[in-house]
Amino acid sequence: MAVDVIMPQMGESIFEGTITKWLKKPGDRVERDEPLFEISTDKVDAEIPAPSAGVLKEIKVKEGQTVPIQTVVAVIDAAGAPAAAAAPAKAEPEKKAAPVPAPAKVEAPAPRPAPTPAPAVAPPPPAGEKIRSSPLVRRLAREHGVDLAQVPGTGMGGRITKHDILGAIGAGGAAARPAPPAAAGAVAHIALENAVPREKIYFGRYEVQPMSVMRQKIAEHMVVSKRVSPHVYSMDEVDMTRVVELREKTKAEFERKHETKLTFMPFFVRSCVEALRAFPTVNASVDGTSVVLHKDINIGIAVALDWGLIVPVIKGAGEKNFLGIARAINDLAERARSKKLKPEEVQEGTF
Amino acid sequence: MAQVTFLEAIRQALFEEMERDPAVVCLGEDIGVYGGAFKVTQGLLERFGWERVIDTPISETAIIGAACGMSYTGLRPVAELQFIDFIACCFNQITNFVAKSHYRWGAPVPMVVRGPSGGGVHGGPFHSQNPEMYFTHTPGLKVVYPATPYDAKGLLKSAIRDNNPVLFFEHKFLYRRIKEEVPEGDYTVPLGKAVVRRKGRDLTIVTYAAMMHTSLEAANLLAQEGIEAEVVDLRTLLPLDKETILQSVKKTNKLLVVHEDTRTGGIAGEIAAIVCEGAFEDLDGPILRVTALDTPAPYAPSLEERFLPQAKDVVEKARELARY
Repeated sequence: MAVDVIMPQMGESIFEGTITKWLKKPGDRVERDEPLFEISTDKVDAEIPAPSAGVLKEIKVKEGQTVPIQTVVAVIDAAGAPAAAAAPAKAEPEKKAAPVPAPAKVEAPAPRPAPTPAPAVAPPPPAGEKIRSSPLVRRLAREHGVDLAQVPGTGMGGRITKHDILGAIGAGGAAARPAPPAAAGAVAHIALENAVPREKIYFGRYEVQPMSVMRQKIAEHMVVSKRVSPHVYSMDEVDMTRVVELREKTKAEFERKHETKLTFMPFFVRSCVEALRAFPTVNASVDGTSVVLHKDINIGIAVALDWGLIVPVIKGAGEKNFLGIARAINDLAERARSKKLKPEEVQEGTF
Repeated sequence: MAQVTFLEAIRQALFEEMERDPAVVCLGEDIGVYGGAFKVTQGLLERFGWERVIDTPISETAIIGAACGMSYTGLRPVAELQFIDFIACCFNQITNFVAKSHYRWGAPVPMVVRGPSGGGVHGGPFHSQNPEMYFTHTPGLKVVYPATPYDAKGLLKSAIRDNNPVLFFEHKFLYRRIKEEVPEGDYTVPLGKAVVRRKGRDLTIVTYAAMMHTSLEAANLLAQEGIEAEVVDLRTLLPLDKETILQSVKKTNKLLVVHEDTRTGGIAGEIAAIVCEGAFEDLDGPILRVTALDTPAPYAPSLEERFLPQAKDVVEKARELARY
């Protein structure tokens, strides 16, 4: 029985992933849940386990290629695999069986939902139904990341006119939404419109390098952050002398005893936890006109990588002691650098 | 400033240029004693004498041939064709000789061929034509087709001063119908530059000559329905002011071309191609045309009215385009 291996959806806003490394060759025997390949997505780099035991029959997507989620990237021949369930005579596609945890977004104020099964492929536009527009409308849609399927047309025969698309762009959220990143990386994110006219960018000698997906996301999030949250700066100086002295004095002992390094970070995180307890309104998200006060203190820490930057989250930092925080930081930072973070570990930060 | 007619403005240009430059001479059928079939050249003979205002035999080829030869001797002839329809007689001379002389032999031909053109005056098939496109297709020529007295005067002066052959089309419907204040002093209007006659937001109407007035009339009617049309007057067809056309289309995103010339091979097709090449992704609708029908110009007034584009035809097409 052939089992399709698919590109999993690693997070709800993820549309594609890049295969960075195949850990098995065609013909290799794989066990169920054994790491099969490594991927890189907008949010996380991860190892993907085999959905079934068997023999890797075919690799359909080569290393370095970026494909949309749910794309079949390989086929495992599960015949004769001891772990495989008794296969029905007519093999049905096993897509749904692929153990792809797609962590659902926490919907306030609902309790944390259990991981839901992989969502079905996003419905394609109804076949045969052509969206009527114009060259201008298509260009504007591309430039502003508008999905024309979402724009109601008021022109002749329901054609999407200039006014319709300008209305959609003006309305922002509703119809206009970021287009899925294209493979080339030449995506005009809605948040990343050119501040400088193109003709003032391309002059003289130059080379154009597409941004990595991670870099695009960083830029996009920075811009969105600037837009949705007013930035206010308050500076206080803190005398760190005693912390530095304490660390110098105890770090060797700490590492020997607990088998993890003592850095400055747990001091900072611990201070943040205390501060957030004292000022709980800071541990919050804004949802339109509501403020969502988080009861958990989940602290995100930026980890610089050679190829970008990622923010793993220490979940339940408010319930951890100093040692627990130190361990969590070191563990997350280490796995961030070795691309072993799980998708849920870069989500649900509250601060 | 005095209000002058289209015809009067042309006459002023001829007077002033002959005054300014003794090399400027006029020649044509009945332009001297009679003052021209439409009286454009009235008074020139009295003022400048028979050596510079020359009545010719009824032979268009003789007129063009003579003018070309005069150019080689250092004169700046302005040849009148009594009706521009008969420029077809001189097709070979103009396209094969006059247009190529500068390029092929390094001998520029600073001549102007001018004459009444266009319909709307019940002139029938031989006295109503718009033969501009035969020549707009010919590299080496310049083709001018003004719509207002101010432009007619300024463009004719530029044409006379140009060192290469210029064909100057005078729409006879406009001769005495259009009046405008024209400055007394010397001024010129540059060749090859279009002008936006009316600003608009919803679509661009590119036009020239008599149809410029038809288009403006249509634009005013459209404005009552809330449709704001921008009207671009080409003024010169060769060289064509692509930039002004593209600029306007990029603003309004829709284009209607209106010309009195017959449809097939009219400049609308060329303009449509230019816009597709230069502003395809700015188009929010098809490029439409309002033109004369692909028939000879009819004699009967009712048929001629049907044959020529009317303001209501422009309104209808513009409405369709705005709604698209």
